[in-house]
Amino acid sequence: MTMTEQPDVIEVLAEAKPSPGEKYYPPFEVTPELTEKAKEYIAMYPEGKELSAVLPLIHLVQEKHGFICPQSVLWIAETCRSTPIHVQGIVSFYPGIRTRCPGKWHIRVCHTIACALSGGEELLTYICEKIGVDPKTMTDAEPMAVSEDGLWSIEAVECLANCGFGPNIMINDTLYSQMDRAKVDALVAEYSKKA
Amino acid sequence: MKAMSEITYKPGREPHSRETRRIFRNIDRVGYNPSIECFIEDGGYETLKKAVAMEPAAIIDEVKKSGLRGRGGAGFPTGVKWTFIPKGNTKPVYLVCNCDESEPGTFKDRFIVHQDPHQLIEGMIIACYAVQAHYAIIYMREEFPEAAEIVRKALAEAEERNFLGKNILGSGYDLKIILHRGAGAYICGEETGLINSIEGVRPYPRIKPPFFPAAIGLYGCPTIVNNVESLCQVRQVLMRGGEAYAADGSTRSPGTRIIGVSGDVQRPGYYEIISGSITYGELLYDLCGGPKPGRTFKAIIPGGASAKVMRCDEVLKGRNPDGSVRKMTIFDVPMDLDSIAQHGSMSGSGGVIVMDDSRSMPEMLRNLNRFFAWESCGQCTPCREGNPWMLKLSTRICEGKAAPEDVDLLKSVADNICGRTVCAFGEACSWPVQAFTTKFREEFLALTKPINALKPHNPETAEARKYLTRED
Repeated sequence: MTMTEQPDVIEVLAEAKPSPGEKYYPPFEVTPELTEKAKEYIAMYPEGKELSAVLPLIHLVQEKHGFICPQSVLWIAETCRSTPIHVQGIVSFYPGIRTRCPGKWHIRVCHTIACALSGGEELLTYICEKIGVDPKTMTDAEPMAVSEDGLWSIEAVECLANCGFGPNIMINDTLYSQMDRAKVDALVAEYSKKA
Repeated sequence: MKAMSEITYKPGREPHSRETRRIFRNIDRVGYNPSIECFIEDGGYETLKKAVAMEPAAIIDEVKKSGLRGRGGAGFPTGVKWTFIPKGNTKPVYLVCNCDESEPGTFKDRFIVHQDPHQLIEGMIIACYAVQAHYAIIYMREEFPEAAEIVRKALAEAEERNFLGKNILGSGYDLKIILHRGAGAYICGEETGLINSIEGVRPYPRIKPPFFPAAIGLYGCPTIVNNVESLCQVRQVLMRGGEAYAADGSTRSPGTRIIGVSGDVQRPGYYEIISGSITYGELLYDLCGGPKPGRTFKAIIPGGASAKVMRCDEVLKGRNPDGSVRKMTIFDVPMDLDSIAQHGSMSGSGGVIVMDDSRSMPEMLRNLNRFFAWESCGQCTPCREGNPWMLKLSTRICEGKAAPEDVDLLKSVADNICGRTVCAFGEACSWPVQAFTTKFREEFLALTKPINALKPHNPETAEARKYLTRED
């Protein structure tokens, strides 16, 4: 989608419905394990620097619950002795932090110059078609598109730092390089079976 | 330590005969894994034993003598950076390893942290000991979740064997290294942005002069920020000795360099070469196997996406040893840190992006503009507003909806961002625009005639398109 056709950010966020991916992730709740883990993270940093743990805590929540919901922002703010607005400022800054739940399998497709040279853009369109999402729903305000069944989500990302072996995609935490249509077909089939 | 010839590499990843694998010695090696056993068997942590027996100041001297320059892109001498810590400093000193490799075209650090993390950790311990830091952080980008696990495990292994923790190898020196993961922001590769990210605030870069991180950095204390490859090179310096290290390669940037080649070549990938030992032509034609069948090289971005693009048919002026001037092309420029800078570009972090004659340059620029518009942190107005504007302009040009004046407007927007921002992002985003619009002006102008934008881009139509502009 080009910059000139961008819809209004506020409209997009106001219209956002709960993601179908939410059924694959447990809802956020503060458990003793979570508090324990949070203490461990805070202890990694020098004394009195609890705020440094904000990114590790965000990752902790995001890995388990898929995204950062308003309740978790409150919890993170309380845990690192900050304010919710400060944590929200961090959450909204980083492209790697999601405010909407992804699908069970979250695909990141690189479309920066080196991957684009080896066909990343075409691959992005193909994967969208393959998992049944409309690429037009991926905008700057909401870069991620989730499939109807909540099994898949897709996001176009900038540079996965494996430029020599493009096009690169990531499914959850695993990188797949030198992709083509056949390899994508095989991967989608493999992951669908896992689900 | 095994000799190079005894090592076997995975098929397709064997080093070229003109390569010198030092940092990448164990990358894609058959039978090698990131465990500490493999590393020790290969002579690992021997250099650390040597280092902790030395005086910290002697290590800094050795690194200074070696002439080692940072590999993150700016090429600042590492040893000199270390001496910027104020004398008589009473605050704790921190060392941060910058593993936020996010410059498009650069992909060297990925292999080090995924396949040989102990090499980095050893280099880091030596660097920490030299600057007397007792707390260090590896800032890992979010896109490396697997590497984060590997490095965490490696840190635990090193601590188990007393290479880390309290009283390292009986020297009385303590060090704690932690891993901090970023969250996918390009700006965190900028050292002050990175420090803010660790502090837990929005990673806006700080205004640098007069206070550099080495004086006032993380938590207001002196902080040294070094790239992954630089820290691995520190280990090489100590292993070989400063003078021996300086003897290899070009005099102003000695040692090996890791070059990542991507784009339209037969064999893209990583190559570790002695700095300045080969030229761009030798890299692309010998090591990378030349252009794809039936194609010719058109343009090269020599040092990551933010470097200025070079035309392959551009005539450059080179200086012979006797002082006379000769004509040359980009292919004759040696691959060290400075040579390419004399011709208006930069060697940066060693990411070479190659484009052949099938590529439309306005399209390439649009892609880069999108990257920079997406990654601008939004702190400085020229960059925050200018980048989306440049993206709109280049999109308009690519879609055939632009007037010829838009090409000049695009360049003037870039000219007005450059030098007017807090960090170097302003330069990084405007250099490609300036170079693309100046060096490939005819392609941009051709697209301002709508009929040209509809035609597919290929070498045959390019010549015809050149003259069909609205200016006619």
